[in-house]
Amino acid sequence: MTNHTYTVVAESGIHARPATGLVQTASKFVSDVFMEYKGKKVNLKSILGVMSLGVGQGGSISIFAEGTDQQEALEAIESFLKTEGII
Amino acid sequence: MTEILKGIAASSGIAIGKAFLMTEPDLTVTKSTVTNKEEEITRFHEAVNAAKLELQKIRDRAEVDLGTENAAIFDAHLLVLSDPELLGAVESKVNDEAVNAETALQETADTLIVMFEQLDNEYMRERAADIRDVTKRVIARLLEVEVPNIGLIDEEVIIISKDLAPSDTAQLNRAFAKGFTTDMGGRTSHSAIMARSLEIPAVVGTKNATSAIKQGDLIVVDGDNGEVLINPPTDVVESYVEKRNEQEAEKKQLSLLKNKKTITLDGIQVEVAANIGTPKDVESVLENGGEGVGLYRTEFLYMERDTLPTEEEQFQAYKQVLEKMGDKPVVVRTLDIGGDKQLPYLNLPEEMNPFLGFRAIRLCLEEQTIFRTQLRALLRASTFGNLKIMFPMIATLEEFREAKKLLLEEKEQLQQEGTLVSEQIEIGIMVEIPSTAILADQFAKEVDFFSIGTNDLIQYTMAADRMNESVAYLYQPYHPAILRLVKMVIDASHAQGKWTGMCGEMAGDTIAIPLLIGLGLDEFSMSAPSMLKARNQINQLTQLEMKQITEKALSMQTSEQVKQYVKETLKF
Repeated sequence: MTNHTYTVVAESGIHARPATGLVQTASKFVSDVFMEYKGKKVNLKSILGVMSLGVGQGGSISIFAEGTDQQEALEAIESFLKTEGII
Repeated sequence: MTEILKGIAASSGIAIGKAFLMTEPDLTVTKSTVTNKEEEITRFHEAVNAAKLELQKIRDRAEVDLGTENAAIFDAHLLVLSDPELLGAVESKVNDEAVNAETALQETADTLIVMFEQLDNEYMRERAADIRDVTKRVIARLLEVEVPNIGLIDEEVIIISKDLAPSDTAQLNRAFAKGFTTDMGGRTSHSAIMARSLEIPAVVGTKNATSAIKQGDLIVVDGDNGEVLINPPTDVVESYVEKRNEQEAEKKQLSLLKNKKTITLDGIQVEVAANIGTPKDVESVLENGGEGVGLYRTEFLYMERDTLPTEEEQFQAYKQVLEKMGDKPVVVRTLDIGGDKQLPYLNLPEEMNPFLGFRAIRLCLEEQTIFRTQLRALLRASTFGNLKIMFPMIATLEEFREAKKLLLEEKEQLQQEGTLVSEQIEIGIMVEIPSTAILADQFAKEVDFFSIGTNDLIQYTMAADRMNESVAYLYQPYHPAILRLVKMVIDASHAQGKWTGMCGEMAGDTIAIPLLIGLGLDEFSMSAPSMLKARNQINQLTQLEMKQITEKALSMQTSEQVKQYVKETLKF
């Protein structure tokens, strides 16, 4: 298992569009991918899970990946978060 | 026999086509026990996949018709249908409780909906509606019930429904939806406003269209007279086809005027502009040859939400409008809330006479944080186009001075922060209150322009609440008293080298236009689809002649006399 923690800088947090992209990115990998925010851990392949967190600006999020392609998954997610200006 | 339904003429024009009934199907789920759980789960997945295919189709069509931005909502819906948590929860429920798939899905979705509805964020609460929407789609598949889908229509139809929700109208395809009629709604309901901006003929508030009309009936929607004909005989249909063709020919004729100036036969040039509510409306302004935006109602930015819009949100909206309009003028009216437009989240006390109460500039001068945020957003956007700012409901010079002072303070503040602000912003006022019209000569020394809001000016001059139907007869735009007030305002502005516009219903009125030309009005602002007709009319008038007509009208005794006189003299 590998994981990484980031601080959200985007003004509106993780709202609809990035949430959609995040789930689409995570779903490309066979590894199990999770996101933790304020002590709550959700499946990053679940749009409802991600949206239910309601991550706001300044929040600290941790991404966990476990599986054969865990490293690639984590990298792809990090790069997505960066391009979208979320972290 | 032909049945004729009476309703409210919400959007003009004639539409003829087969009825497409948008009735809500019965999606009641009955709980039952299943013996073969595996089969039930397969049945569930098949329903989900079928729903996904359908959504994909709707999504693709929405992208072509409405753009990627509007299609994004369906991407989110598709993801919900692929959500492992949702699918997993339904599967476990079928496995653990041996219930049928529709029950498992309904119960799982209900829990999620409750959870999302309780979240402390409006955006998240809206997601509850998405879950409901998606769930319905799958349950309909499981129950094998056909759900009428507005997004999948591929032939010319007339939409018949109880009411149209924003999500329905977002999917409405202009090529196929020729017209619509609803049971509910009034002239200003969402569906009516949408119909006008899409320029689709519509009759709303028919009360019983959905029960009187059957799927596939031949329907004529007469959006000019507020009538809906069900299965009329061939000769009647033909006469409507003829009328529709005439209207289309006229429209085509008018479209030739799109890039022409608005100028009287004796060479007086005026501006025909549009009233808009959202950045989306700009498209229709340009399509209809608008020479500017005469009234941008900023209230819509504040409505249908739980919190005030941020400075950034407002800035983006203003910038978008200004950029799209290029160097054409855009007159933005600062927040006009109160009266018939309330913002629940401001928790304002209920008033006995809201139209005479704490509204518009009165509220903004008191709630300065709200006002300053808007002013900053406007100032920041000012460098992206030709911005003019006007304050609504000004009754005294002090109010104008105070509002202008706040504007200049924010401007200085922004400049100190290093933000660029245009130096060319004209600052004007709405003239809606008789005291301001009467004192226009004094105001004209300090403002850059006037914009006459006729709906309110008439209401306040005649002391007739425009929401009260019993006194609706007092809405008399041609009343000599109103014409005299309008004259005072225009004359006062011209004496100081300033200009006057008009942004009420009257500016686009066929009988009022000749009088307004006679009075020397400089800018006519109206709903976008009315602009070309107004330009066409003005281009055939002579100001000198209109001046004589107007002079006579000003000395008449009643509104009716003026109306008859204009009609007779100009032969229409």
